[in-house]
Amino acid sequence: MTEKIGVYVCHCGTNIGRTVDCKSVAEYARGLPNVVVARDYQYTCSDPGQEMIKNDIRELGLTRVVVASCSPLMHEPTFRRTVASAGLNPFLFQMANIREQCSWITEDRGLGTERAKEIVAGAVTRVNFNEPLEVKKVPVNPDVLIVGGGITGIESALQIADSGKKVWLVEKEPSIGGFMSRFDKTFPTLDCAACILTPKMVSVGQHQNIELLTYSDVIGFEGYVGNFTAKIRRRARYVDEEKCTGCGQCEQKCPLSVPSEFECGLGKRKAIYRPFPQAVPGTPVIDKEHCLYFTKGVCKVCQKFCPRGAIDFEQKEKIMEIPVGTAIIATGFDVFDAERVKEYGYGRLPNVITSLEFERLTHASGPTAGKILLKNGKQPESIAIIHCVGSRDVNYNEYCSRVCCMYSLKTAHLVHEKTEGKVYEFYIDMRAFGKGYEEFYKRLLEEDVTFIRGRVAEVTDVAQNPSEKGKLIVVAEDTLLGIVRRIPVDLVILSVGLQPRKDAVDVAHIFSISRSKDGFFLEKHPKLAPVSTAADGIFIAGSCQGPKDIPDSVAQGGAAAANVLSLIDRKEVELEPTIAIIDENACSGCKICPELCPYHAISFDEGKSIAVLTAALCKGCGVCVAACPSGAIEQQNFTNRQLLAEVEAVSS
Amino acid sequence: MTERFEPRIVGFLCKWCAYTGADLAGTSRMKYPPNINPIRVNCSGRVDPTLVLKAFASGADGVLIAGCHPGDCHYTNGNMKTIKRFKLLQHLLDEFGIEKERVRLEWVSASEGERYASVVRSMTEEIRNLGPLNWKRNMEVIA
Repeated sequence: MTEKIGVYVCHCGTNIGRTVDCKSVAEYARGLPNVVVARDYQYTCSDPGQEMIKNDIRELGLTRVVVASCSPLMHEPTFRRTVASAGLNPFLFQMANIREQCSWITEDRGLGTERAKEIVAGAVTRVNFNEPLEVKKVPVNPDVLIVGGGITGIESALQIADSGKKVWLVEKEPSIGGFMSRFDKTFPTLDCAACILTPKMVSVGQHQNIELLTYSDVIGFEGYVGNFTAKIRRRARYVDEEKCTGCGQCEQKCPLSVPSEFECGLGKRKAIYRPFPQAVPGTPVIDKEHCLYFTKGVCKVCQKFCPRGAIDFEQKEKIMEIPVGTAIIATGFDVFDAERVKEYGYGRLPNVITSLEFERLTHASGPTAGKILLKNGKQPESIAIIHCVGSRDVNYNEYCSRVCCMYSLKTAHLVHEKTEGKVYEFYIDMRAFGKGYEEFYKRLLEEDVTFIRGRVAEVTDVAQNPSEKGKLIVVAEDTLLGIVRRIPVDLVILSVGLQPRKDAVDVAHIFSISRSKDGFFLEKHPKLAPVSTAADGIFIAGSCQGPKDIPDSVAQGGAAAANVLSLIDRKEVELEPTIAIIDENACSGCKICPELCPYHAISFDEGKSIAVLTAALCKGCGVCVAACPSGAIEQQNFTNRQLLAEVEAVSS
Repeated sequence: MTERFEPRIVGFLCKWCAYTGADLAGTSRMKYPPNINPIRVNCSGRVDPTLVLKAFASGADGVLIAGCHPGDCHYTNGNMKTIKRFKLLQHLLDEFGIEKERVRLEWVSASEGERYASVVRSMTEEIRNLGPLNWKRNMEVIA
């Protein structure tokens, strides 16, 4: 049968039309074999544009359709639906990308038009060999995996669990809570972080639909949308979560104190510990690196005093395999390592601290019970806050970390309130973009804080005159006055930026998701699909996608939950049928392909001496197709005939 | 004055990284010579050497294969198989007398629009200097 092909060349307003002569492309298409109609149209994706295609299918009896417009990532699903609604199999449609990879990359209309013609020729030639395909529908497992128990993951978990779906919440640390649990107050309202966070943490701990796996890591994630299997390593706590009541006897009796990670090393914890008193779960962990029993074989004091016999030195790590249908990654961020900026003296000058350390100092249950103290135990009389440490700097991170301006204002407020000292803020630009943020900045301007606009050149303890003796001198160009200033202070607080977690690269590999240039996880679309990823069924939320404040993180946590729930409520999902098929008559039994398949989708039938494909496991990479020496493997919708036809057309 | 030679390059782009990166170059309105015809494949590992030979035999002056950076493959390690296959392909093309600059394997992530643009720029320039391959015409002459 001779195919009847319809070709639609889209102007996309002037997006394509400016550098591609769409009329002449359509005219050219009319001359291609089997093309019965070719039209150019202003906006093909509009309702009338789609109607035009549907009418042509019905009235002209089109058997194949080509739309030359934007990237298939944009509107391939749209036009597949269009042709399907007119009764044509959606895979008899082919998209030609003449916008992102043609009209937008050139200013030369002549060359642009030539290229568009070739791209259209490729699509038209290829579509002759497209085959109708059946889309397989598979049920969606309603259980959800959430990775990361910070405020974002907590929000997602509660939203989903409240709807009656089961959530597996995996957290690396011994407790959920994330960075927010370490903060004192939150900007711009100055409400207490713990007061708004801990009730949510408790809800997570008690929720009947949430399985909380703390002190655990996701080490594998296989499958496809609706049907994944997560492999999770539960590290040994050496405390039985079932038996432990969280009474805290063991912590009190443990004879060994070590610097607490939670307190940024400013305070101590025991070798058996909860990171902080409101930890969820309340079960402590034994730090094997330091515990006297594990290091020296003596002690066991915790075991003696535990009234419930919950201490179990023999506990082993456990590997669990959990089937889930969808996943939300909310693994958060790392704070910038201030030691990298040598000129600010962090790590060398004792009274230079980071903003996170400040949070612990000012926290009522922190190491100083909320007092702002210098290393000598005295209260500072003057304080400098330096913005953009590690951010907006080509030497470290080029991007703005978004939260530092506002938390620096909060820091200024708190430190002034507590010490009544003189506060200087060194900023580059003040970014107060959120609701109530500009107002908060205004408030601080009236609170006796001195704002100095300029990037700090260095922090030094080398005095140049008697007034600088024993002080830290902050040297910066005041760009509003146009002079270099030296401000002597007692305490310097570095407003460190946010950066991708050290293990972000591993997480990206496990979940097969991409990262953007800055190392954060890449969303499917920066504006219209901010929590989706290129991998169906896997979502990202919060600061693992880029620096975010608490309101934005919570909003994304909710958005990801809504995306997940919408998938679950659909009950089944359609799978792209671009999988491999093996022609058993052509297979020579060479055994090359089973070795190559990363998903173990190809096995070898010894009896028939042929390779056999398990369709459900195939993800459609096509590696086996390219490797088969007998040409016995084909990839649906990417068959050799289709690709060869396209290659030939665009090459000649 | 003779007309400037505009090489014809066929690009096999994996849909997860290189194709998305190429889209990003366009969305960001980066300019590069419109000398490449992109063909979307799921993985660079799908690129059968036959497809590359077909491109040259049909008149292409150059072929670009672009995929995810090693370690970032959406299909675990499809691009590692591409690397191995590419080495064999280079030997084969060498036997045919095709200059090695005419075929390139490049890694372009979904966020590297600028990298894609610069790859196409440099490749177009290199092949322009080499001149047309004329494989199709030469084959017709031999036949």
